Amino acid sequence: MPEVKEIVTPEQAAAERWEQQTLEPALRKSPERKQKFETVSLDSVERLYTPADTADIDIERDTAFPGEFPYTRGIHPTGYRGKLWTMRQFAGFSTPEETNRRFKFLMAQGQTGLSVAYDLPTLMGYDADSPLSEGEVGKCGVAVSSLADMEVLFDGIPLEQVTVSQTINAPASVLLAMYLVVAEKQGANFSKISGTLQNDILKEYIAQKEWIYPIRPAMKLVVDTFEFCTKHVPKYNPISVSGYHIREAGATALQELAFTLRDGIEYVQWGVDAGLDVDEFVPRISFFFNAHNDFFEEIAKYRAARRIWSRVMVERFGAKNPRTWQLRFHTQTAGVSLTVQQPLNNIVRVAIQALAGVLGGTQSLHTDAYDEALALPSDKAALIALRTQQIIAEETGVVNTVDPLGGSYFLESLTKKMEDGALDYFSKIDAMGGMVESIEKGFPQREIQESAYQYQKAVERGEQTIVGVNKYAMEDDDAKYDLLVIDEGVRDHQIERLDQTRTRRDSGAVVNSLDRLRKAARVGDNTMPATIEAVRAYATLGEICSALRDVYGIYEEPAF
Amino acid sequence: MDQSRKIRVLVAKPGLDGHDRGAKVIARALRDAGMEVIYTGLRQTPEMIAAAASQEDVDAVGVSILSGAHNTLCPRIVDLLRERGMDDCLVVVGGIIPKEDIARLKEQGVSEVFPPGTSTEDIVKFLRANVQPRT
Repeated sequence: MPEVKEIVTPEQAAAERWEQQTLEPALRKSPERKQKFETVSLDSVERLYTPADTADIDIERDTAFPGEFPYTRGIHPTGYRGKLWTMRQFAGFSTPEETNRRFKFLMAQGQTGLSVAYDLPTLMGYDADSPLSEGEVGKCGVAVSSLADMEVLFDGIPLEQVTVSQTINAPASVLLAMYLVVAEKQGANFSKISGTLQNDILKEYIAQKEWIYPIRPAMKLVVDTFEFCTKHVPKYNPISVSGYHIREAGATALQELAFTLRDGIEYVQWGVDAGLDVDEFVPRISFFFNAHNDFFEEIAKYRAARRIWSRVMVERFGAKNPRTWQLRFHTQTAGVSLTVQQPLNNIVRVAIQALAGVLGGTQSLHTDAYDEALALPSDKAALIALRTQQIIAEETGVVNTVDPLGGSYFLESLTKKMEDGALDYFSKIDAMGGMVESIEKGFPQREIQESAYQYQKAVERGEQTIVGVNKYAMEDDDAKYDLLVIDEGVRDHQIERLDQTRTRRDSGAVVNSLDRLRKAARVGDNTMPATIEAVRAYATLGEICSALRDVYGIYEEPAF
Repeated sequence: MDQSRKIRVLVAKPGLDGHDRGAKVIARALRDAGMEVIYTGLRQTPEMIAAAASQEDVDAVGVSILSGAHNTLCPRIVDLLRERGMDDCLVVVGGIIPKEDIARLKEQGVSEVFPPGTSTEDIVKFLRANVQPRT
């Protein structure tokens, strides 16, 4: 700012008068509880927000109307008055049989979409019988090693009608292929299949760390799915660009926003570089954000995300299709905020976080179960989590009007601050050559680690409160919770099916299909057709990933 | 303990789980408390962890595990350390460990389990109080 005397606006003059006449005497009488007030991201919050804080926001240009550029107030002109968000509870544990049962239970309770959690071996591309899978099969999600498992997982669930979200990344193209082949066997038409593949490999290197191949070939696999889906499965979302895991790893709300959107830009750029038309494939890119404890900070994050994305699509990529401009997102409440101590308190945390997601205009929502800091959700806890969404949707009235908090001085100024902060991060990342390069340099990883550490210190100094942990703690909580326990026999059960599959299949067809996949990978062809062929021949997940490892190699994390 | 030798700790992530936020926060907190910390990186087998512990001659191994595979992996780490003659090397565990499993892990040779919500200061104190003095 140049050193000139600022002109005092009538708003500033009014604020000064208030400070002198009303605020200062009040502060003298009763000082504030603490020196600084901060969000859960350790970002400072002012005492009061006034029109002066939104002076640089042009309502027509920056806020506008819902359903119109830049979509700050939402992508639908009618908000939730037309259609509520999709209640999509993430579920998966043990065997495909068990998870299939949970899916049917959730649907019977009014859940409107499915979301599959896979176990760690599946996420890493190992079969249940790999020595590396020992102790892990069916623990963090459902175990799927081949098409035979996938057939059981979706038995009796019509994939042409139900939308399914799959949380899978490094081996995403293989699980997509399995999903499509199961749908095909049910008689479904690819052109009618809808659903979402997480398939966000960049955030794996940044935060979640379930990777297989080096970054660049892994990006190629992602682009292969874009290309394949655009052509053959046009209603399917081949990627869900995810900030959730970035946040859980310790990022601030701003870092979550900035790294996620910059990841999104990277995917669009790679798609464009591969010859795809922005206005054809980008409308099928969706996003996934965290809903953490700091209510307004979260709402501002979602609103800023929509505004930034629409502008970037126009300014950076020349997008002309309004659907390309519209950022659609899924939200999940913050697993990291849940406490082992006094676990029923988590129900309240989840409700408030979910409310932030709704007031931020989410398209779909997962509410965590109260026992998730202890184990995978029990039936009872999973049901309360779903009921929480139904109460927000049908009892609170927050859905009656579009973007009810729009126009709040605080929220609008926070939205602007988020936007500006994200654009600063974009400049830094662009200067490094892009997101892939910045990840190779360890930049987002270091930023997140630093935030995680600072937050931990703030908790230990008592500056950030965690109810039941560093404040209002109680002696050992003896209450009994019926936790979900995964039977150690799951691995044997899965290995048995693997053995049967390997015996029954045509091994010549498996070998040939894997050779074709290696060849496609080597010459840079789209790998999806060969992957589908291998899946159809009942090649296992581990075998398919090994074939690709032969060509691409594996990722080794540099030390940061 | 002998002031000339800093406490040496191996922070280890066994299993397939990639959630390393806790491991990295702990590693830094122990370093800030003046300890020497070696972090294994992700996806180490119990064999790799025991070998690293022995090679680095550490006083304690801090195992971070959130995937539910602790009952399989932790006792094996303890056994492998003992096989290498590292009888005094503490094994402490942090992560999502159900209460029912804690007693069993301790019977199997784990010195302490730190559940979510433990302050890094408490972990530092525990290590200072329990690491065997060396000459």
